[in-house]
Amino acid sequence: MCLAVPMKLTKVASDKLSGSAEFDGIERDVNLSLIEKPRVGDYVIIHAGFAIEKFNAKEAKIQLELFREITEAVGLKKNMI
Amino acid sequence: MKYIDEFRNSDTANALSRQIHELSSELPGQITIMEVCGTHTMAIAKFAIRSLLPEKIRLVSGPGCPVCVTPAGYIDAAIELAGDGKTIVTFADMINVPGTSSSLSKTRSSGAKVETCYSPEAAVETALKNPGTEIVFLAVGFETTIGPVTSIVARASAEKIRNVSILTSFKLIPPAMEALSSDKELKIDSFLCPAHVSAIIGAKAYEPYVEKYQKPCVIAGFEPLDILSGIKMILQQIIKGEARVENNYSRVVKYEGNQRAVSFIYKYLECSDACWRGLGMIPASGLSLKKEYHGFDAEKRFGIRISNRAENKGCRCGDVLKGKIIPSQCPLFAKTCTPEKPAGPCMVSSEGTCSAYYKYMR
Ligand code: SF4
Repeated sequence: MCLAVPMKLTKVASDKLSGSAEFDGIERDVNLSLIEKPRVGDYVIIHAGFAIEKFNAKEAKIQLELFREITEAVGLKKNMI
Repeated sequence: MKYIDEFRNSDTANALSRQIHELSSELPGQITIMEVCGTHTMAIAKFAIRSLLPEKIRLVSGPGCPVCVTPAGYIDAAIELAGDGKTIVTFADMINVPGTSSSLSKTRSSGAKVETCYSPEAAVETALKNPGTEIVFLAVGFETTIGPVTSIVARASAEKIRNVSILTSFKLIPPAMEALSSDKELKIDSFLCPAHVSAIIGAKAYEPYVEKYQKPCVIAGFEPLDILSGIKMILQQIIKGEARVENNYSRVVKYEGNQRAVSFIYKYLECSDACWRGLGMIPASGLSLKKEYHGFDAEKRFGIRISNRAENKGCRCGDVLKGKIIPSQCPLFAKTCTPEKPAGPCMVSSEGTCSAYYKYMR
């Protein structure tokens, strides 16, 4: 019951309390009352029909970059052995 | 899928596994890491994370599945309400959880109204469509779920919808971690903290706890790379003799959490003691409706009592939830207890430890 997934906002109502979000080709109505300033195009984490937090794409990129460096560094080490 | 597949890269997983193996040679002995959240338990089993770790690292599962920690007495109360003509609306996982002698699905087969839903908003919709019927939503969940469920009360009180109420059994994660840490029998060295609970309460929520118990706490997402890099961070802290809160899921979790959600929750709810299946009563580990919202509290409204009756005989969920045993050490596991015919709640929910072991690790 705790399932939560990142979805992209496709619609935001004018009162910013509800909207629609898309994930893997599936669109569904979402309640946006628990997050600040939702905007179309934002990624949000959806749980039980509610956006519970915004997704920070910048932080995701930093982490993926770090993973790339780790993979390369370890790969290099493998080659040195 | 964007922001999911990238965190499942197998080259990086192998690289992290290699780094973890190297680091583990600096550990003084075996260490035990508890993953508090059921979604971590499921992901660790599904992605075979244990096979990427050295023997020195022991992963144990904690009480992080809201369905599993809901006491039998709560299920009994829900069954009583259903038998009394109320319509029960609930997350689907709840209906097979055994109460003392029955379950909601059995009650439903004998004619009671039990509806399952994805979003708690369904409870209000059902109430509006059936003005002559009392609708009771089974309000279980951790910090992540509490906001969505509380929205039932917010909307019902704003729109004066009088035929809907909630039967609360909300639970809070940090007090449970505290209870587990002060249990001398359990030797937990560190915690992998839940992703989406932390999205609500923020990294700062674990600080007082880390200060008191000096155990590293690392918040991690649910993808394999999140979990492996989280474990690596824990090792680094242990090797350096440190104990800090680290946020390895900064793409969602902020230091201060989701303050809008937190203030929404505390507008309607206040801290209370709560009974956890398997762990017993933990002070200040639950949330109940404030006095002014007691009209929406099913327990108060219908005068029922949730008893802390004994749990099912033979089921060792209590020990599983504390990380004392692994499911295969329970004599009923995969014999008389299976997902089709669960003897205990840990086998029911898809995030339950016994169910994760049954599905992926038999
Ligand atoms: S295997 Fe079944 S009976 Fe045993 S602890 Fe798990 S849920 Fe309980």
